[in-house]
Amino acid sequence: MEPLRHSPSPCSSSRPSSPSTPPCEMPGPVGVEAVLEQLKIKAMKMGFEFNIMVVGQSGLGKSTMLNTLFKSKVWKSNLPGLKVPIPQTLQLHSVTHVIEEKGVKLKLTVIDTPGFGDQINNDKCWDPILGYINEQYERYLQEEILITRQRHIPDTRVHCCVYFVPPTGHCLRPLDIEFLQRLCQTVNVVPVIARADSLTMEERETFRRRIQQNLRTHCIEVYPQKCLDEDINDKILNSKLRERIPFAVVGADQQHLVNGRCVLGRKTKWGVIEVENMAHCEFPLLRDLLIRSHLQDLKDITHNVHYENYRIIRLNESHLLPRGPGWVNLAPASPGQLTSHQPFKICREAHKDSEKEF
Amino acid sequence: MSKQQPAQFINPETPGYVGFANLPNQVHRKSVKKGFEFTLMVVGESGLGKSTLINSLFLTDLYPERVIPGAAASNTREPLILQKIERTVQIEASTVEIEERGVKLRLTVVDTPGYGDAINCRDCFKTIISYIDEQFERYLHDESGLNRRHIVDNRVHCCFYFISPFGHGLKPLDVAFMKAIHNKVNIVPVIAKADTLTLKERERLKKRILDEIEEHNIKIYHLPDAESDEDEDFKEQTRLLKASIPFSVVGSNQLIEAKGKKVRGRLYPWGVVEVENPEHNDFLKLRTMLITHMQDLQEVTQDLHYENFRSERLKRGGRKVENEDMNKDQILLEKEAELRRMQEMIARMQAQMQMQMQGGDSDGGALGHHV
Repeated sequence: MEPLRHSPSPCSSSRPSSPSTPPCEMPGPVGVEAVLEQLKIKAMKMGFEFNIMVVGQSGLGKSTMLNTLFKSKVWKSNLPGLKVPIPQTLQLHSVTHVIEEKGVKLKLTVIDTPGFGDQINNDKCWDPILGYINEQYERYLQEEILITRQRHIPDTRVHCCVYFVPPTGHCLRPLDIEFLQRLCQTVNVVPVIARADSLTMEERETFRRRIQQNLRTHCIEVYPQKCLDEDINDKILNSKLRERIPFAVVGADQQHLVNGRCVLGRKTKWGVIEVENMAHCEFPLLRDLLIRSHLQDLKDITHNVHYENYRIIRLNESHLLPRGPGWVNLAPASPGQLTSHQPFKICREAHKDSEKEF
Repeated sequence: MSKQQPAQFINPETPGYVGFANLPNQVHRKSVKKGFEFTLMVVGESGLGKSTLINSLFLTDLYPERVIPGAAASNTREPLILQKIERTVQIEASTVEIEERGVKLRLTVVDTPGYGDAINCRDCFKTIISYIDEQFERYLHDESGLNRRHIVDNRVHCCFYFISPFGHGLKPLDVAFMKAIHNKVNIVPVIAKADTLTLKERERLKKRILDEIEEHNIKIYHLPDAESDEDEDFKEQTRLLKASIPFSVVGSNQLIEAKGKKVRGRLYPWGVVEVENPEHNDFLKLRTMLITHMQDLQEVTQDLHYENFRSERLKRGGRKVENEDMNKDQILLEKEAELRRMQEMIARMQAQMQMQMQGGDSDGGALGHHV
């Protein structure tokens, strides 16, 4: 008896898939595997969206890190000039790029937060950030509850927030702890040790252990969250990651010649720090986490956990039961609830629309 | 010269030679016997390597049993009691006696843990300023006292201000702090952890810092120019030192094997940073500056900062600062209130007079105007 022939697994295809390739040349008995190929083609046609926010004091290498991550100048670092004072309130800047690799398009939005933690009095400096994140959730929610919805709701929700911890070598500062406590409940936070080239290997390990201890003491759950591990494989993979978090990273956007190879790195009088060398820094781990292995997971958790939490809170607040076929009238979010200073225009428009219907 | 004349004044070398050229030697001998006192204050955010640098500079271990703040509770099972938003600054002074070739130096290092750590750092330099003022106050008190033989000089002679190499220049806190103390103490700005910067970044940062210092009119300590009669080497050294301010330093007390010899440095996977290599950082320059200008730092503290403080205090009549101002303001307010009351009274009396005038005789009017 011949063993059943298995169709060539679509996932292992290194060929660039184009819509003209037939889904599966040799389907198994039913052909369910063909669905995977169709999904893949569809996803590639649609492209992916990813929104990443970087938070940290100025000078910690956030812009350089972004450029290194995506290997392109997605962010021009904005050095405040002498005449331009550091902004008194935190302002968020977002820039969108579309980058493409092997036929896969990624619409990348980068949100920068200049002025975070730079003032003398940094009390409540996390409010504008929280406000922005909640505003994106609100925007999505408003789109979702419309009667005639768009086919593909533009997703501006923050999928990942990379928090840059300054390499003091001691432990987390009160500002770090306050910020992480608040943000880990709203968004996926990945803390990294910035500018890690100022710490020797032992100092790095000690610092990392202390940070992990601090996080445990304050019950801060950074990504990947332990409670969201679904199966045993996830648990194993994520446990390995959790041991190394926060990653000690170094960013560089210049290339240098080392032993005949061209590497990205920083050149100093005593050596060249290679960014992609695991012995020097843990940038490859961060890149793998954010892009190669966990990008979709970040988006899923944002959608299924954080966004749903937000939605539940908002629905409970509006005290209204759904009437008609799943239609919900949400009261406009009050400014205090979002802790944002921006006037809330979007929500009021949706409200007006629903009034017009009546 | 000193070999020839143990107590003989009869044979001078040249006619007209008196011999007071020997005075500097006498001063030298006396001061060697007395020893030097120097107080150095280090200010900067935690984690910038202040303690490591101090230990490296003076080759001592001033902080042998360091408990890193914030991590102490990790060994216990109790929750961390953090003063979350308001972490207060503390002043820790440690004294060490260093002796080298018969010369004694009594060095006091004043550390300021907690500076810049809190979320709200508005008040973090009040403690430091009151400490400096307290030392001046104490010296003034001793100087004006009856027994002036053993005055202990605890005034802060120099303040190393550690600037973070991660920023793009001075932070608002740096500017505010330096402006608050530049009239009280000699400020020497230092760029900490300089091994995170490439050479170009270092130059850029130094230039930024100098520009910002000038823009905000901050008075840092300026090395005195070499006198014209000093030798060329010294002049060159001074010129180099002046050109390198602010110094970018790396501190370490670990001995690492590099190129066959043992050096103090930091071992990284990509290389070794040598602390005493002038190409790697400005540690040697900082040490040279401190040692060759220790006396000048003391002099500037005495002649400029202390005298400023003293004249202000004596002008105020020697009473404590806050009460004095409040008293003055209070007195002024009281006087103003009294003046107003008097004016009201006058106005009332005038009005009364006017009414009487209208109702009564005409000659009563002349009386009404002069009260």
